[in-house]
Amino acid sequence: MWGRACGKSETSFADSGVRVIYRSGRSQWHDAYEESPAARSHATTQSGVDLDPVYGPDDAEFPGVYPYTRGIHPAMYRSKLWTMRMFAGFGTAPETNQRFRDIISSGGTGISTAYDMPTLLGLDSDDPRALGEVGRCGVAIDTLDDVRDLYEGIDLSATTTSMTINAPAAPIFAMFVANAEAHGVARHLLGGTLQNDILKEYQAQHEYVFPPRASLRLVRDTMVFATQEMPRWHPLSVSGYHIREAGSTAAQEVAFTLANGFAYVELARRAGLALDSFAPKLSFFFNAHIDFFEEVAKYRCARRLWATWMRDFYGALDERSWQLRFHAQTAGVSLTAQQPDNNHARTAIEALAAVMGGAQSLHTNSFDEAWTLPSSDAARVALRTQQVIAHETNVTRVADPLGGSWFVESLTDQLQREVGTLLEEILEIGGGSMLEGCLIGIDNGWFEGHIADSAYVHERAVQSGERIVVGVNAFTEIESSSPLNQAEGDGESRQRERLARVRRSRSDEAVRESLTTLRTDALECDTNLMEALMGTARAHATLGEIMNTLADVFGRYQAPER
Amino acid sequence: MTLRVLVAKVGLDGHDRGVNVITRLLRDAGIEVIYTGLFQSPDAVARSAVDEDVDVVGLSILSGAHQTLAPLVVAALRHLGSDVPVVVGGIIPANDVAPLIASGVAATFGPGSSIEEIVTTLECLHESTSP
Repeated sequence: MWGRACGKSETSFADSGVRVIYRSGRSQWHDAYEESPAARSHATTQSGVDLDPVYGPDDAEFPGVYPYTRGIHPAMYRSKLWTMRMFAGFGTAPETNQRFRDIISSGGTGISTAYDMPTLLGLDSDDPRALGEVGRCGVAIDTLDDVRDLYEGIDLSATTTSMTINAPAAPIFAMFVANAEAHGVARHLLGGTLQNDILKEYQAQHEYVFPPRASLRLVRDTMVFATQEMPRWHPLSVSGYHIREAGSTAAQEVAFTLANGFAYVELARRAGLALDSFAPKLSFFFNAHIDFFEEVAKYRCARRLWATWMRDFYGALDERSWQLRFHAQTAGVSLTAQQPDNNHARTAIEALAAVMGGAQSLHTNSFDEAWTLPSSDAARVALRTQQVIAHETNVTRVADPLGGSWFVESLTDQLQREVGTLLEEILEIGGGSMLEGCLIGIDNGWFEGHIADSAYVHERAVQSGERIVVGVNAFTEIESSSPLNQAEGDGESRQRERLARVRRSRSDEAVRESLTTLRTDALECDTNLMEALMGTARAHATLGEIMNTLADVFGRYQAPER
Repeated sequence: MTLRVLVAKVGLDGHDRGVNVITRLLRDAGIEVIYTGLFQSPDAVARSAVDEDVDVVGLSILSGAHQTLAPLVVAALRHLGSDVPVVVGGIIPANDVAPLIASGVAATFGPGSSIEEIVTTLECLHESTSP
């Protein structure tokens, strides 16, 4: 189906990224800084000592300058703080809408939707397979009506929104755009991010529906649609977070994520998009784990590698195509169910690592999340943690404050070598194509094998006591307090009633017609499905009906037995 | 005789870090483990348990749907005439343990359970249920 190779060099490219020494120099930085919003800004420590926007010898790497190891902006957070984007979703759309409003009124600067398992797998809330899962791990979305209630009263032209959804990303995105347009907000005004990273679903998180290549067609359609019609939209957030949560090492997280990112670049090029029209719209999503310096080095090496490969391997000319922008989330897997109050400390340290590493956007987990969906109070403290870092600690005044540390620079280089070797291997698996390498590695279990091995090594170390987890295998003299806010209730039955009302009130004929159009378009490989999907949304077709129509054409993915 | 365990993921929960790790740790402890793969229905798990003639069924559930799904697996097994014990591992709040036990689950393992504790429990369950 796909053609071959689109890189220009054949061998050992990853190596060269290590050997080349980048010396961007203070003068280049200075020019960029003078044009930044922070130009001529003044900052001091708490006690009045003057602070430069960045430190380093004149021939060092500098932020805002290729290869962006030290950050993508010349003055980083002096120009603009990161977006405090809190991830939320539970029960029905009106309940989650209330939480969104709480977040915004507490000073959150972006919202991000967590969907429940049935929605993530494209099942309606009244599907028998959804029993017990509706509204439990996120909000249930079945139709346009749910999307309407989810964003009720939120100005979609002013607040950027993020949708953490993958297999049904295209239909959910279509519902979002159709809803905004029904409320008079034109699509070109909408800003936000669709996660839409299906490759990592097969590798790590396992919320897939269609086979990989059919799924990539939907990714292609959303990318093309957003590139052509939605200048403020990021149609794809290439996500290492779930790879890390599934057990990978830091180097594997970066390698697999960058490989997936390059795969999408190749996909976009095959769809005829000019690289520099599309690449600046890509964003990334990384974990912020507990090994503080390794995480900082991880973000630094990820930026350097992305810039190097995009410029020298893929031939991007626009510097925005070289810049790796990322959202970070503190590590859910580092939270402990035992002595949950300790999780406040973990989250604060992890959030600080993301900020030291130059994140553009950050979600901080709540301390109660090892047990339950976060309570409103716990979510507020998590947001406050970011606000303390942003406004009290002064760490935002100097870009890449750990740059130049012998330790952090060496660790950055070491991780870069390890990541480079893995990237080289994936490229080889794909015969020169990262996209093919990712697809073959999914088919033969290469990614899952690597991740499972790392998770096993980690757990052995915890079980043996070699790796200490406070409150779990050490310092356990306190009885664990039990969970806090059990988000129980009858969300499932309420959602089923909501869905039944929609089914009764809509025109069945309009639904049938819209689904027929979708099916017809789906049979034509080159047709972009976004308009047909928006037609199904406006007809109030359910997500399950839409996904079943597509599955009739695409088939369903069965994970190979291993 | 070697203990045989069916390890299963039921429902829509795709989180398999725990189940992959526990499968390997149980094998390290000399237990024979059969893993069903993801997204199994309660009926399918019960049929596999009977077909494979296992000594214990272990469910891994991290989605919070254990109160719905675990009793369905127990019921499906009993419906097939099997009295094989069912244990559940995952995020199980203290308040949920008693209702699960009342529904026929033999034991639960929360986050941070040690492998020794799990193995010992499985062996005890096997001894107490074998003829």
